[in-house]
Amino acid sequence: MKKDFLDNPKNVKRIVHALIASCVILFGLDFVLHRHTQHPWEEMFGFYAIYGFVSCVILVLLAKELRKLIMRNEDYYQSHQRPQQKQEENND
Amino acid sequence: MTESFSHFAPAIPLFVGALLLLVTTGKLRAAIMLLAPLAGLLNLLVMPSEYSTTYVIMGLELHPTRIDRLSILFGYLFHIAAFIGALYALHVKDKVQDVAALAYAASAVGAVFSGDLLTLFIYWELLAVTSVLLIFARRTDESRTAASRYLVIQITSGVLLLGGAIIYASAGNSLEFNHIGLDAPGGWLLFIAFGIKSAFPMLHNWLTDAYPEATVTGTVFLTAFTTKVAIYALARGFAGTELLVYIGAMMACFPIFYAVIENDLRRVLAYSLINQLGFMVVGIGIGTELAINGAVAHAFNDVLFKGLLMMSMGAVLHVTGEMRGSELGGLYKKMPKTAVLCMIGAASISAFPLFSGFVSKSMIVSAVLLEGYSPIWLALLFASAGVFHHAGIKIPFFAFFYKPCKHVETAHEPPSNMLLAMTIAALFCVGIGCFPQQLYSLLPYQIEYSAYDVSHVLAQLQLLAFSALAFTWLKLAHIYPPELKSTNLDAEWLYRRLLPDFVFKVGGMISCIDQHIRSRISKIIMHLLDLLSQHHGSHGILARTWPTGSMVLWVAILLGLTLTLYYF
Repeated sequence: MKKDFLDNPKNVKRIVHALIASCVILFGLDFVLHRHTQHPWEEMFGFYAIYGFVSCVILVLLAKELRKLIMRNEDYYQSHQRPQQKQEENND
Repeated sequence: MTESFSHFAPAIPLFVGALLLLVTTGKLRAAIMLLAPLAGLLNLLVMPSEYSTTYVIMGLELHPTRIDRLSILFGYLFHIAAFIGALYALHVKDKVQDVAALAYAASAVGAVFSGDLLTLFIYWELLAVTSVLLIFARRTDESRTAASRYLVIQITSGVLLLGGAIIYASAGNSLEFNHIGLDAPGGWLLFIAFGIKSAFPMLHNWLTDAYPEATVTGTVFLTAFTTKVAIYALARGFAGTELLVYIGAMMACFPIFYAVIENDLRRVLAYSLINQLGFMVVGIGIGTELAINGAVAHAFNDVLFKGLLMMSMGAVLHVTGEMRGSELGGLYKKMPKTAVLCMIGAASISAFPLFSGFVSKSMIVSAVLLEGYSPIWLALLFASAGVFHHAGIKIPFFAFFYKPCKHVETAHEPPSNMLLAMTIAALFCVGIGCFPQQLYSLLPYQIEYSAYDVSHVLAQLQLLAFSALAFTWLKLAHIYPPELKSTNLDAEWLYRRLLPDFVFKVGGMISCIDQHIRSRISKIIMHLLDLLSQHHGSHGILARTWPTGSMVLWVAILLGLTLTLYYF
């Protein structure tokens, strides 16, 4: 199969670097541009950036914990019906 | 039916289209599929913007058609969605699906233009019975059972609506569907009826259970109509109900946890649909002009971008026959157009500036801040970051990028009608995002609002860029949970596992007690039979045969006794 743009690890690295660069620039813009704020927390430098990053990390970590609690086999509901049906058949 | 006969009731063109589909095939069928929504839209455009019909039937004043600024945008939206969905489904040769889809769209149109609760109830139940066919039509065991569960819940919602309407009307109110509020008689029943179809927390599971089991094209229709009709009904009947603010915030937040760990990508989108409905419900709960405008605009945008995402995932399912994230990846190599269209949908739902989600979601968030709900504001920001995470990044990433899957070899772009439908939806997403004033001018309230100022744009870009950074870091550090073949327990566990288990156990106990009682009773009966046979059986004392001589003796004794008694 022909090599595509993303098959080259260098290109993937470039994308990651571009993302980091845009994050730095956006964070820096907080010092340059004045935002109209409606809430006192919005006045903090980098509030949205930090909130976005932290909330996503918390989201993923909590979701991983949630998996321990609620994850079951793919055929959880289907497999459950079978023994029940078997039992009923035996009863008959 | 109409005053001047220059137009029909809004749902008529789609219903007629559905009926015609019953008797047509081939190119004619395709033409009707596409023309019926267009005819309906044209009919709506020539109708007056404020319009109502009144009939008195058996002493009840009914308003089968009522058009005003709150409902008109939903009317336009449903016709656009029906057209895009019909185009997307053009290659499908399944009469059941075609008829069901158009009748479903017609029911949705009828529901939003219902001027009274009784008409609303009829369309409400029609929505249920027409939409369930799109799930049955997948014709798998899973889809059949999911469709049955879906139908039970949807019909229950309708029954609650009817019960609420009867209580409401019998307390002296007219049946006209206007603001109801929780304090009105029957208000709670109506609230829960609307809440079921709006996927309130714990009442939401029919959506994530059934939508991913529907057909490729059916899910696109399902995503558009039922929940948006419910959002309209809430906006009409319960605007400004504070409880909705908290319910909406929960709806915006809890599904994103499920979406992060869910493997079925259409189910991820179903969870993210609830998340988006949460924003609308918050807007309705706030109830200010800005908030209601935001909720209606977001409903409009959501149908288009969620439809686009569902269509792109449907295309993947159509081509590969696979929807599990764990089994997909790398498809951009063979499906670049679908991948780009999917990313436009992803950017829109994530509310990137210049895409449609941004211009409506920011209205709701602004309204929340203006009314001083700080914790709700933080919850919505969290949900905004989360939706980018699971719908914006996860969906395209695991389907089109990441490690190439075994389907890459054989994959190809979907049929051109599917691509065209997705392109139209994508054009709407970008068009509304770049020129929101057109949409704003159609909203229920005429207010000045601009999403594009430095504060909004910068804040949103920062939020999204750092969410993306978080995803990248978590992925590179191998902290991000991998896609796993799995089922995640949700509220449905209560009725798919606990309730059957309970019924089974109780049934087992009852049958055990029953058997015990039966065996005791049969023992008693056997005992009685033994006693009887002792006395009456062949060897029993009462069944013994007597010799004739002893009979004569006894007769002689009796006669002797009688004679003796006679002398005294």
